Amino acid sequence: MRIGVFICHCGSNIAGTVDCAAVAAKAATYPDVAYATDIMYACAEPGQDAIIAAIKEHQLSGVVVASCTPRMHEPTFRKTVERAGLNRYMFEMANIREHVSWIGKDIEANTNKAAELVRMAAAKLRLNKELKPKSFPVTKRLLVVGGGVAGIQAALDAADAGLEVILVEKQPTIGGKMAKLDKTFPTVDCSSCILGPRMVDVAQHPNITLYAYSEVESVSGYVGNFDVKIRKKASYVDWVKCTGCGLCTEKCPARKSYDRFNEGVGPTTAIIIPFPQAIPKKASIEREHCRLLTGGKCGVCAKVCPTGAINYAMEDEIIEARVGGIVAATGYDLIDWKIYEEYGGGRYPDVVTSLQYERMLSASGPTGGHIKRPSDGVEPKDVVFIQCVGSRDPSIGRPYCSGFCCMYTAKQAILTKDHIPDSQSYVFYMDIRSPGKGYDEFTRRVQEEYKARYIRGRVSLVYPKGNKLIVRGADTLMGVQVEVEADLVVLAVGAEAASESAKLAEKLRISYDSYGFFMEGHPKLKPVETNTAGVFLAGACQGLKDIPSSVAQGSAAAAKAIGLLSRDMLDSDPQIAFVSANRCVGCGKCIEVCPFKAIQEIDLRGQPKAEVIETVCQGCGLCNATCPQGAIQLSHFTDNQILAEVEALCRF
Amino acid sequence: MSVLNTKELRIIGFLCNWCSYGGADTAGVGRFTQPTDLRVVRVPCSGRINPLFILKSLLGGADGVLVSGCHPRDCHYAEGNFYARRRLELLKGFLPVLGIDPRRFEYTWVSASEGQRWQHVVEAFTAQIHGLGPARGWPEAPELEILNAVAR
Ligand SMILES: Cc1cc2nc3c(=O)[nH]c(=O)nc-3n(C[C@H](O)[C@H](O)[C@H](O)COP(=O)(O)OP(=O)(O)OC[C@H]3O[C@@H](n4cnc5c(N)ncnc54)[C@H](O)[C@@H]3O)c2cc1C
Ligand code: SF4
Ligand code: SF4
Repeated sequence: MRIGVFICHCGSNIAGTVDCAAVAAKAATYPDVAYATDIMYACAEPGQDAIIAAIKEHQLSGVVVASCTPRMHEPTFRKTVERAGLNRYMFEMANIREHVSWIGKDIEANTNKAAELVRMAAAKLRLNKELKPKSFPVTKRLLVVGGGVAGIQAALDAADAGLEVILVEKQPTIGGKMAKLDKTFPTVDCSSCILGPRMVDVAQHPNITLYAYSEVESVSGYVGNFDVKIRKKASYVDWVKCTGCGLCTEKCPARKSYDRFNEGVGPTTAIIIPFPQAIPKKASIEREHCRLLTGGKCGVCAKVCPTGAINYAMEDEIIEARVGGIVAATGYDLIDWKIYEEYGGGRYPDVVTSLQYERMLSASGPTGGHIKRPSDGVEPKDVVFIQCVGSRDPSIGRPYCSGFCCMYTAKQAILTKDHIPDSQSYVFYMDIRSPGKGYDEFTRRVQEEYKARYIRGRVSLVYPKGNKLIVRGADTLMGVQVEVEADLVVLAVGAEAASESAKLAEKLRISYDSYGFFMEGHPKLKPVETNTAGVFLAGACQGLKDIPSSVAQGSAAAAKAIGLLSRDMLDSDPQIAFVSANRCVGCGKCIEVCPFKAIQEIDLRGQPKAEVIETVCQGCGLCNATCPQGAIQLSHFTDNQILAEVEALCRF
Repeated sequence: MSVLNTKELRIIGFLCNWCSYGGADTAGVGRFTQPTDLRVVRVPCSGRINPLFILKSLLGGADGVLVSGCHPRDCHYAEGNFYARRRLELLKGFLPVLGIDPRRFEYTWVSASEGQRWQHVVEAFTAQIHGLGPARGWPEAPELEILNAVAR
């Protein structure tokens, strides 16, 4: 073999702490290395051209590039060597940036380490084989999980591009948090007026199948062909028959049920249609509140339903579907703010969350858009907003900024003035974060035009006094203690990933961070991809963001999915297992361990042997480490290749 | 001998591509400074790691071997890391039989987002190996076949 080695400077990223020329000189002495050089930017066009030219000039049959992580540019350089006529797998990378130059400043140690990493890569490359992908057909159907504004956008864009879309939403209606909002910043336009029509589009789109009140049960398979099971939860109402007339919700006697859609502002019935514009506009019974389903006597809804849609015996249903790609758009939830004893820990009815306040502002909410104190129904005059409740607080393990609270607090202060002209709003804040188009102007307007009083400082205590709440805090700009007498306190509660996000991530085999937010493929360059091919992200599930950004990401995820599913065939990754029939003794151990059922037993002249189903194998190599004979080997990561790397280190 | 004399010891890491290799990358991107002894071998999954690789490393001259994969339940390939855990636990128990201090081998779980955790893991393990000092050399590393038999 004739190996070419290219040591990238990455400008000064590598060359700053690694002597690249010395590494190249060392590499030239390694077995089979025919050519070695250092290069300014290997990935840039001149760099790639230089690699191609060197392959031709020196008749290279394999290439090592020592640069950044292979998780970044392995695909780039594989294409480069392919353009020069080599098989794309006759290529190895040594990671001398993330694993060397960026983690230490000792040039001597770094240079030595870089040279050794190159030695390992070259040793492995000597055993590389040309690999060719197989192609397989793609299922042109997309699954979108989560029907908030991000998921809705992704579903509509993909459906408009001609893809079949399955939208799975956990709640009985789509719309997510945006459906709960009254108005939206920074234009203060009505949330349901802009979201409502999009929700209707989802219901009416011929390419979209909506499963509301459903969850993803399991996912198997791989990019191009995922097999998903969807659990349609029992709603106890036959949605084919239900016309959404709402008679049942008027007559249901269980009137003290928790109203999830309205965030518990006022009670609701056991059988509900979450809100007038719900999509689908169908009734469902919440089991834990239903008198009949919890063992009592009732059955009123069945009696009044004009279409006979009520079915108390309904059970969960499992629906199976095959899809080519998946968009996760499961959004966020507010953190449990009751851990903050200083704000009353939930004991004072007139301390409400920002989302509850949205429901109180909304004309379709339980108060009909009239702001009333939950304790006595009186209109408040002095309203105190406390920001960063559970955001930027390392003491509760939430060091991050929730991103949208500064803006929606400003919005809510404006709306308060609109609803109650003689009211006064006070906002306790840490910093005002408003970097968006028209955003900073908005947070100024609320102070200058709407005369909200912004107080920079934390609140140390909220306590009741008569029928008022005293909010005690610091004004750090004035350097004084302040106390405000409030009729109502609104907490801008911080957000975290939607409950059970981690469980979904595990089903989708994607990574998530310690807060449950899903990890994108690359923080800058792959913001909507994940490291699992065919799975994309949209909206707040990837990291908290406001509506404009969620919508943009929904479209971006759809564009990626459309790109993937516009192809009829995909290439399978040839880095898969293969069996040497003459070494295999047919013990079946590999068949037992393979998580993908990718190995089958075949009969070879009367003897049982293992055989890998090429398009099913995912290349984990579990079988390889299990086989007592070393008969099944993972291409590109064979025992000998890995041991060659070990030996390259141990021998020297 | 290209291990920097006396300064470094020979430490080999086997990292799964999806979680720990990513975590090490994240540490790099975050410029989390680490000791320079470790050399990383990238494998698709911790389940790919044959205990033989670790034995071969330790008998072949490595002073320490570190394995890191995805957190349990987080495996990119569903369950590879469960098998890995079982195998590696067995191996650790078996090392003294070969006269190898079991502290020369550790396995752990680091996710792709845990750059700082990776830094701590590398610092702690490197310190542990330096505490033990260079491994007693094996005059002749046993042949692959013998090791293979031992490893099963
Ligand atoms: C009080 C408040 C006011 C706000 N005001 C504004 C504003 O004025 N302007 C603005 O731009 N932004 C505002 N925001 C931010 C806005 O709510 C978010 O940007 C937006 O809702 C994010 O959309 P999403 O689709 O990513 O997530 P979500 O709206 O959270 O939607 C996620 C959807 O996925 C569903 N889901 C969750 N888990 C699963 C699962 N496992 N399976 C199936 N479905 C699942 C949920 O039920 C939900 O329907 C406000 C936020 C708050 C808290
Ligand atoms: S590498 Fe082996 S265990 Fe893994 S998917 Fe392929 S056949 Fe199954
Ligand atoms: S484990 Fe090895 S020997 Fe046993 S059936 Fe599989 S390939 Fe054949």
